[in-house]
Amino acid sequence: MAQWTERELWGWGRYPRVPARVGRPERRSEVMAAFADRDASGLLAHGLGRSYGDAALLRDGKVLLTRRLDRMLAFDPETGWLRCEAGVSIEDILETFVPRGWFPPVTPGTKFVTVGGALACDIHGKNHHVDGCWSNHVRRVELLTASGDVVICDAQNEPELFKATVGGMGLTGLMLSMEVQLVPIHSPWIEMESVRVENLDHFFEVSAESADFTHTVSWIDCVTTGKGMGRGIFMRGRHARPHIDGNEGVVGVAKDVLAPFLDVPVDGPSWLLNKASIKTFNEVYFRRHPKGSHESVVHFEPFFYPLDAIRNWNRIYGKRGFLQYQLVVPREPDHRSLRAVLEAITSSGMGSFLAVIKEFGAQDNGGLSFPMPGVTLALDFANYGDPLLALLDRLDRIVVEAGGRVYLGKDARLEPDTFRAMYPDWKAWRDVRDTWDPTGVFRSDLGRRLGLCMGGV
Amino acid sequence: MTTLVLGATSRIAQQIAQRYAESGDKVFVAARDVEEAERIAADLAVRHQVKALAGRFDALATDDHSGLIDHVEAELGPVTTAILAFGDMGDQDRSQESFADAKRVIDVNYTGAVSICEALAAKMTSRGAGTIVGVGSVAGDRGRKSNYIYGSAKGAFGLYLQGLRNRLHSEGVHVMTAKLGFVDTRMTYGMATKIPVASPEAASAAIFEAARRRVDVLYYPSFWRAIMGVIKGIPEKAFKRLSL
Repeated sequence: MAQWTERELWGWGRYPRVPARVGRPERRSEVMAAFADRDASGLLAHGLGRSYGDAALLRDGKVLLTRRLDRMLAFDPETGWLRCEAGVSIEDILETFVPRGWFPPVTPGTKFVTVGGALACDIHGKNHHVDGCWSNHVRRVELLTASGDVVICDAQNEPELFKATVGGMGLTGLMLSMEVQLVPIHSPWIEMESVRVENLDHFFEVSAESADFTHTVSWIDCVTTGKGMGRGIFMRGRHARPHIDGNEGVVGVAKDVLAPFLDVPVDGPSWLLNKASIKTFNEVYFRRHPKGSHESVVHFEPFFYPLDAIRNWNRIYGKRGFLQYQLVVPREPDHRSLRAVLEAITSSGMGSFLAVIKEFGAQDNGGLSFPMPGVTLALDFANYGDPLLALLDRLDRIVVEAGGRVYLGKDARLEPDTFRAMYPDWKAWRDVRDTWDPTGVFRSDLGRRLGLCMGGV
Repeated sequence: MTTLVLGATSRIAQQIAQRYAESGDKVFVAARDVEEAERIAADLAVRHQVKALAGRFDALATDDHSGLIDHVEAELGPVTTAILAFGDMGDQDRSQESFADAKRVIDVNYTGAVSICEALAAKMTSRGAGTIVGVGSVAGDRGRKSNYIYGSAKGAFGLYLQGLRNRLHSEGVHVMTAKLGFVDTRMTYGMATKIPVASPEAASAAIFEAARRRVDVLYYPSFWRAIMGVIKGIPEKAFKRLSL
């Protein structure tokens, strides 16, 4: 018998929060029991809850927490192929495999995501321009489909279902396990270089000359206007070559000692992040870095997961939560759309506390997968309510006009028409989904909002 | 070194198995749900690069118990640590209505445990070494109307382990009783409680460490020793009127 408990669920942005009946299976038989216990309100998997908006939420529906379905099933040390259950996290993979010289092929800015979530959102990382997305390293998925059949799909068997599951936001079925190929590394160290970029044009210059770095990302100041618009700190790196050795040093040791205390245990007050504090933060962050570039060897943790060191950092935004807006636009010679976006933000007075910018590579997986060739910009906004929603609508129009799109894994507010303009493959994707789930067993609030599944618009 | 985990599909048992595999032990994962046990064994082998196998264990099938141990020892060598993590809380109301239900709860938690422990004790005493860890419950410390069928079986199991510890002490075999309070498992999932709930990871680490230090009786979380001390201290005259 499946156990359900009534509780509120939310994503990493803590907006929105919705009630659901939540189950937490620990065994395959319990997954099957929960599936058998489904009703007309639908069913959805929820991993570590690091999608920001409502992708992993289902108001009044049945939601299955997958975190305890976390068994690693097989690993081939010759090739790096790992078969594991969907609730295994990137953190689990790092803990197990970094000491043995393997690394996840792609990682987002937090290690607290499950591989199921990684495939459902087709996540990307700092190496997108070289290695594409998570799904480009996954060859097979075991999926509990709406009929109750467990289907193992890959490029040969049910390729359409496999493709629709990539970036499919968990709406094609419940992922049970997958096969992902890890990449070999020599050490936990990263050869890193940071470059202070003075404005948007400079960012593109530095980005262009970073071709021999496998990992690039840039923090961008979203407050400063005029000549310094788009200034920031560009970070580029690669897994260290065999002869390069790092040293954690005093800072590393201090961090390990402090780790248990780096937490935001309560909600921040609503005034904490305001126009002035955001401006000051951005100024200090920029000035802290000397002009020009700086080389170092760093541990992979601070390089990939700087914010993971502070648990519950999302609470600094207070009770109201926050929204993340991540867009991609095709590259334009004058970067017109990006400038328009930055101008719209600065003139709104609603600053983004933390923003990053990166050039994607050529890999575009179609369907609902987000990355496409172009430039991506990710912005965090405290939940200012209607004025913010109006600003994001304005940004949507700029993005659509440029032929770009926003990332569904971070979304909580996109309109269905805008979504359709951004993801022209949506109809074909939905046809595949409907074939496998004609009665709408798998649902999410995001899916209902955007017309991706039954029970919505 | 070989660890045998009985009733291995619970989250706590799985996490205990992780700790022993991490320390380099070969692990045999035994449970009623063999398919699930195989997944857990695979996980131990991948994560810790140790040999891990799975097989069927049913506490009620007492005729098979010594055969299981022979099989484990043939495959992985002498069992150095055995973890008894199986149990069945049953349902108090159903146990009251049907003796068959009550008997199943008693047999899983007590009769079956005695059966497998005796088989293990015979092997371990012949070698003069080994550790048996019985995972019990604070429910076995005092009978209460809300779960006394389960509680009495766990209580009997606790008494049994006391006697076994007494008998095996001079034989070089250690017996530990682990009494768990609220741990965040299937049993407590969704339960509203003001008492802090421990994670299975923390509980398993505590059990692993205590077994190493040859602790006799472990309460985890440790404040449960005090809680149960108070509960045990209430005179029966007053206790019988309470709703706990």
